[in-house]
Amino acid sequence: MSSGIGVPVKRKEDKRFTTGKGKYTDDIRKDNQAYAAFVRSPHAHAKVKGIDASAALAMDGVIEVLDGHQLTGDGIGNIICGWAVNSKDGSPMNMGAWSALATEKVRYVGDAVAVVIAETQGLARIAAEAVEVDYEALPVIAHVMNAMTDGAVQIHENAPGNQIFDWELGDEAATDAGLAGAAHVTSIDITNNRLSPNPMEPRSAVATYDDAEEHYTLYTTSQNPHVARLVLSAFYNVAAENKLRVIAPDVGGGFGAKIYIYPEEITCLWASMKTNRSVKWTSDRAEAFITDAHGRDHVTTAKMGFDENNKIVGFKVDTVANLGAYMSLFSSSVPTYLYAPLLSGQYDIQNIHCNVRTYYTNTVPVDAYRGAGRPEATYVVERMMETAARELGMDPAELRRINFVQSFPHQTPILMAYDAGDFPKILGMAQSAADVAGFAARKAEAASRGKLRGMGYSTFIEACGLAPSKAAGSLGAGVGLWESAEVRVNPVGSIEILTGSHSHGQGHETTFAQIVADRFDIPIESVNIVHGDTDKVQFGMGTYGSRSAPVGMSAVVKAMDKVEAKVKKIAAHTLEASEDDIVIEGGEVKVAGTDKAMAWHEVGLAAYIAHNLPDGMEPGLKETAFFDPVNFSFPSGAFICEVEVDPDTGETEIIKFTAADDFGTIINPLIVDGQVHGGVTQGIGQAMLEQVIYDDDGQLLTGSYMDYTMPRAADVPSYDVSHMEDQPSPNNPLGVKGCGEAGAIGSPPAVINAITDAIGNNDLAMPATPQAVWRAIQAAKPVAAE
Amino acid sequence: MDMTGEYQITAPRDVVWTALNDAEVLKACIPGCQELEKTSDTEMNAKVVLKIGPVKAKFNGEVELINIEAPASYTIQGEGSGGIAGFAKGHADVVLVEDGEGTILSFTAHANVGGKIAQLGSRLIDSTAKKLANKFFDNFHDYLSNDDSEEEEPTGQ
Repeated sequence: MSSGIGVPVKRKEDKRFTTGKGKYTDDIRKDNQAYAAFVRSPHAHAKVKGIDASAALAMDGVIEVLDGHQLTGDGIGNIICGWAVNSKDGSPMNMGAWSALATEKVRYVGDAVAVVIAETQGLARIAAEAVEVDYEALPVIAHVMNAMTDGAVQIHENAPGNQIFDWELGDEAATDAGLAGAAHVTSIDITNNRLSPNPMEPRSAVATYDDAEEHYTLYTTSQNPHVARLVLSAFYNVAAENKLRVIAPDVGGGFGAKIYIYPEEITCLWASMKTNRSVKWTSDRAEAFITDAHGRDHVTTAKMGFDENNKIVGFKVDTVANLGAYMSLFSSSVPTYLYAPLLSGQYDIQNIHCNVRTYYTNTVPVDAYRGAGRPEATYVVERMMETAARELGMDPAELRRINFVQSFPHQTPILMAYDAGDFPKILGMAQSAADVAGFAARKAEAASRGKLRGMGYSTFIEACGLAPSKAAGSLGAGVGLWESAEVRVNPVGSIEILTGSHSHGQGHETTFAQIVADRFDIPIESVNIVHGDTDKVQFGMGTYGSRSAPVGMSAVVKAMDKVEAKVKKIAAHTLEASEDDIVIEGGEVKVAGTDKAMAWHEVGLAAYIAHNLPDGMEPGLKETAFFDPVNFSFPSGAFICEVEVDPDTGETEIIKFTAADDFGTIINPLIVDGQVHGGVTQGIGQAMLEQVIYDDDGQLLTGSYMDYTMPRAADVPSYDVSHMEDQPSPNNPLGVKGCGEAGAIGSPPAVINAITDAIGNNDLAMPATPQAVWRAIQAAKPVAAE
Repeated sequence: MDMTGEYQITAPRDVVWTALNDAEVLKACIPGCQELEKTSDTEMNAKVVLKIGPVKAKFNGEVELINIEAPASYTIQGEGSGGIAGFAKGHADVVLVEDGEGTILSFTAHANVGGKIAQLGSRLIDSTAKKLANKFFDNFHDYLSNDDSEEEEPTGQ
């Protein structure tokens, strides 16, 4: 099969993307379209004493100025966090009220207080400047460690001490006992730097209200349009679900930031009803920096104990997580259930305890960003392993190897049941590809040029394919995490796949078509993928958490099972053979071992003409399935980074980056490699370049690409990517594990471990800018004499 | 943002002091000042157009003189809103010391900005503030000296 499973098919969708023919939300133009511009707080924390819109309303072309009192007055509900996490004392999380337009108080720079609707985008923005808001500035908490101090200002009345919850996982007493009995204990203090997601396409929304039908349509940049419709309807009271259609057309990157339902989409929908106009809003880049949910922002201390054989006997982690000014849709799950259960890494650790305290600050809300909790966990575990190896005087690969989980299934003490993997093999693959044996010579050669060479490892595991609905529900998730599919065989034999997954750069139009082409042995050109429209596609959960292959494709497979069974029945009936003898191959449905056959399209035609179907069979050839996995999938990998540092400037060059991954079955190696390239690049961005910085007044100082550094081609090497496919996931029919996040999850510690190896100082924080590296080199100089 | 500066002005201290309390003089000297109205002996309303990096905005604000020790020193403090561009607030302690026929004016200023100005212009605020301060004192010096003498540079940081 030229385009089946495992073939590096070029992406079907790229023709339109690379020729400017993609159709994004901002490309949507409606008759009677007006534009929204938001009036945003320049203060990080302030009382709103009054809003005077008279000057704006007096401008020609200004249609309406709406504020939060009108919004709440119309019954629009507060924005909610959809995952309930309880504190360890059993009390529920302290969710502060978040109105799409702030009424009494603003809590971060960018918090919207009003919206201007005008005839043009430019006019809307000018009019927004003319809206005068009377603020009374309040003290500001810009940094999470200041949120918990005595006398700190209260950001939400119902969150004493600004704490949202104080949560734990694991057996603390057993872990303390393990550490107490350890022959060696390694301690680390690390931060996971705050990031801005920066999808290439900024967020956008076009809302239309049809007053005759009392029906709303929303085009929006969403990773999960059905979830958006559900939440907009059930929690924000914008419209009944059957009166709201949500369409996510081409979406240019998400990285988590487009999972959530933000104030802007809610406001545009409501404003379209208030003004009876289509209302469009498109974020500019500066607005994206202060409204798209940020990622990461953890402060962690950790201790790991080893016995005399260097086996891990206890791991204790204490994390403070900054959730920003309000609880975004899945913000509570990221530093808890998507974080702590991954702290066992690839290692057999019997005693683990993790305490997580989350706080409000006067900053942009923080939520999932590519990897979502798992990069933070991996960073803690893998920096710990490398630091411990140095303290123990061991080869870091060997310390990992002797602690690897060796047999499956493996139950960790922190919820996870690893089902399949081969950690030693994948580490060996990476070591060969990285030429670890030749490193000493390369290091010596670099030293002869006055340069410092370093090598760093990261052997990581993820939990992907989110996830068994029952398990997620027991942990507080407000939704099930299954996926849906419909397989429609048309009368001419072409196939439409309707999937609840959503492609925003992942290449689903290609990979989903490949599994269909593979199954029915038909050309990939005969298969179309339909997604992203709640009026076309049955309810689905969308794309995040590397779930589209393990969950979304599995639903397609289940639906194809049903189609295949019916196809065989029809063919057997027509060809007067037994169903058991029917095979589908080469574009035909035939009786095995004979020349009796129907062309694939003839079966489709037979199903719809229905002149000669088996007795009792319904006409048509279209099947639906839902797939709910019984476990997460567990992709894993071994990354090795080799760097060269200029000790005079701190300038660091990544000489080689080796990524060996276990994603289970690979559908399209070209696309999988691309996902790894992108993910590793984002991880290198976090490790070396990116950081959101607020000043003490809560003003965002990194609010443009002048000050927030994204990785560019010159910052990264050509990657060495390889895959191990002999441990497929046992929990889905294709054996796939998910590849979307691995690069971003595994790479930051590999980079930092390499730099710290080069400079001989473990005390280096992300991002490792030349200045930070140079300072660490200087700080290490007296230490080196020890 | 903190800033200090010192300027030599070729006018007697009393003249400098009077000018520093004259709304018309201040209006003429503050770069971008479109309006400055006295609302009391020590309070003024101001409209100033400022451009910091890519952000240009008209600030409406209130200016107040406090800690007045005529004719030696005062603190001038102000707070202005630039609408969607953000806000600026700050104060400057201004001291006048007699220096023969002339006067040495020194100041210590502290300013905060917020919103889009801080987001997009933070890297430019220090240099812009220094430029504006220089411009003000150039104008002020020119106004008092009413001649074409060499521009004075601020000293210190």
